[in-house]
Amino acid sequence: MSLIRELHRQLIQKERSAVEITQDYLHRIDALEPELKSFLTITADAAIAKAQQVDAQIAAGEDLGLLAGIPIALKDNLCTKGVRTTCGSKILEGFVPPYESTVTQRLQDAGAIALGKTNLDEFAMGSSTENSAYQTTANPWDTSRVPGGSSGGSAAAVAGGECPIALGSDTGGSIRQPASFCGVVGLKPTYGLVSRYGLVAYASSLDQIGPFARTVEDAAILLGAIAGYDPKDSTSINTEIPDYTANLKPGLDCKGRKIGIIQETFGEGLDPVVDKAVKAAIAQFEALGAEVQTISCPQFRYGLPTYYIIAPSEASSNLARYDGVKYGLRTDNSSLMDMYTKTRAAGFGAEVKRRIMIGTYALSAGYYDAYYLKAQKVRTLIKQDFEKAFASVDVLVCPTAPTTAFKAGDKVDDPLSMYLSDLMTIPVNLAGLPGMSIPCGFDGDGLPIGLQLIGNVLQEQTLFEVAYAYEQATEWRTKTPFLVAS
Amino acid sequence: MIDLEQVRKVATLARLELSPEEEEQFTTQLNSILEYVEQLNQLDTADVPPTTRAIEVSNVTRADQKVTFSDRELVLNCAPDREDDYFKVPKILD
Repeated sequence: MSLIRELHRQLIQKERSAVEITQDYLHRIDALEPELKSFLTITADAAIAKAQQVDAQIAAGEDLGLLAGIPIALKDNLCTKGVRTTCGSKILEGFVPPYESTVTQRLQDAGAIALGKTNLDEFAMGSSTENSAYQTTANPWDTSRVPGGSSGGSAAAVAGGECPIALGSDTGGSIRQPASFCGVVGLKPTYGLVSRYGLVAYASSLDQIGPFARTVEDAAILLGAIAGYDPKDSTSINTEIPDYTANLKPGLDCKGRKIGIIQETFGEGLDPVVDKAVKAAIAQFEALGAEVQTISCPQFRYGLPTYYIIAPSEASSNLARYDGVKYGLRTDNSSLMDMYTKTRAAGFGAEVKRRIMIGTYALSAGYYDAYYLKAQKVRTLIKQDFEKAFASVDVLVCPTAPTTAFKAGDKVDDPLSMYLSDLMTIPVNLAGLPGMSIPCGFDGDGLPIGLQLIGNVLQEQTLFEVAYAYEQATEWRTKTPFLVAS
Repeated sequence: MIDLEQVRKVATLARLELSPEEEEQFTTQLNSILEYVEQLNQLDTADVPPTTRAIEVSNVTRADQKVTFSDRELVLNCAPDREDDYFKVPKILD
C-alpha cells in the first residue's frame, strides 16, 4: 500500500489534518534523532505553517494533489531559500541560499511539507555518511552500522519512519546504495530527467536527484512531481513525463518482460548471502512471467576506476568556487593566496581534499590524456555494453551493493575499500541510465539486502512496473527496523 | 607514480594548504588510487571516441538578455566580508 495514498486518504476524509500528520512525524524525529542523527536541520515551524496552509485548502474544499500535506525530508545539498544548506561541509557553514532549487520549488508548489535537511557525506563524496563534517548517521536496522551514503540521512530517515518520503542525489550510487543498506526503495533517474538547478554540484556529468520511499508506488509518485524540463538546467531533457503510477495495480505481473542478469556482477567479492537473495529474486521474476537471460557486460568492472578519474576531475573544477569570497567560510585575511589555501584547508574534510587532489592531478598538464581522456573513452565502452544489452532485454538486474551495511569506522581509513561498495552502481551513472534499488531480503543479522534494476534511457516506468510486481509478490516491505520496533 | 614533490605542486594548483602529515598521507593514498586506475590501460581505446555527456543534449542556448536577480541583498549577505555593494577581499596590489 502506498503510504502517500494512505495519508492523502486520511487528509481528504478528514481523519487527520495536515498539521496532525506533520506533528506526528516531528515527534518521531524528536524521539529517534538522538540515536539516528539523520537530520542536520529541522524546519519544524515552517513545516507547521505549511501544513496549516494545506488544512485551509482542505477546509475551503479545494482539490488536493497527492503530495499536498505529505511530509518530506531533503538532502542537504539541495539549495533551500532561507534555510541553511551545508552539504555536510564546514566550508558552507552558515550558508543560507538566496534561491530555491527547482525540485524543492516543485515540491512546495505541490503542497509537500519539508521537515528538514538530511545528513550526507561532505559534498556527497562517500558511501557511509561518515564523511559529514557534522555528525554520523546510524542505520535504523542496527545503529552500530552505517546507513550507506552519500544520501545516508535521507535513507535512514525514511527507513526509521521519520518521514514517508525523501530526496537524495546520486553520482555513483548515493541513492541506491543507502536505499539497499536501509531496506527502502531508491531511484536514480535518467541523467537529465530531473533538473539539477540548485543541487550543489559534485560531478556534473553524473549527478542526478531522485526519490527515496517505503514503497515503489511512493517513489513513482515523487518522481512524477520532480521530473520534467527546466530551462535553468542546460542538460535537462525536454520530454513528456508519463503517469508513472498508471499501471501500478494489484495483479501486475512481468509477463512479456525480458530481464537480463549481469553476469559480471556475480562472483569474487560478492557476499554469498547477497548472491543468494538476488538469485531468489530472479527466480521470483521468472515466477511472475518474466523471460530471464544472462547478459555479459565485459567492461562493467572498469566502471569504478573510470569513475575515480572522472568524478574527482569534475569535482576539483566544481569545488574551485569555494574560495572564501562570495559565500561560506573564510579563515584568513593576510593575503589573497593565504585566504584561498588556508580557508580551503580548514573548510574541506579529508575525502574532499583527496578527490580534489586526484582530480587536479588528472587534469594537470601532461596527465590529461593518460587519465581524463582515457577515462572518457572507457566511459564510451561501458555505455556501449549497456546499449548492446538493451537491444535484447528490457531491464537488467544485479545486486545493488556487494555486501549489506558495514560497521561504522570499518572503512574510514581505507578509501579504496570504501569505493568498492559502489562497484555495482557506478556504471549506471557513467551511462546516464535509470537505476533503482528495492529490498530483496535480509542477511543472518537481519540487515536488508538490495536488488538493483537498471533500465534503458527514460524507461523509469518500466522499472517501476517490474519493481512493483516483485514488491507485491514478496513480503520484505512489511519488516520493521530494530530502532522502530523497540 | 606521484611523489611528495608532485603532491605539493598539485596542492598549490588546487589552492589547498596541506599539513606535513597530509602530504605524507596523500602521497601514499593517491599512489594506491592511481595504481588502481592503471587497469584502464588494459583496454585498447585508440579508436574509441570519448564520452563527454551521459545523454546527448547539445547546443542549448537562450537569449543573451540581462535579468535582474530579485534578492541582491541576500546574495551580498552570503559574503564572509563585504563593503557596501562589493565583496571584500585582502589587498591584491601593493
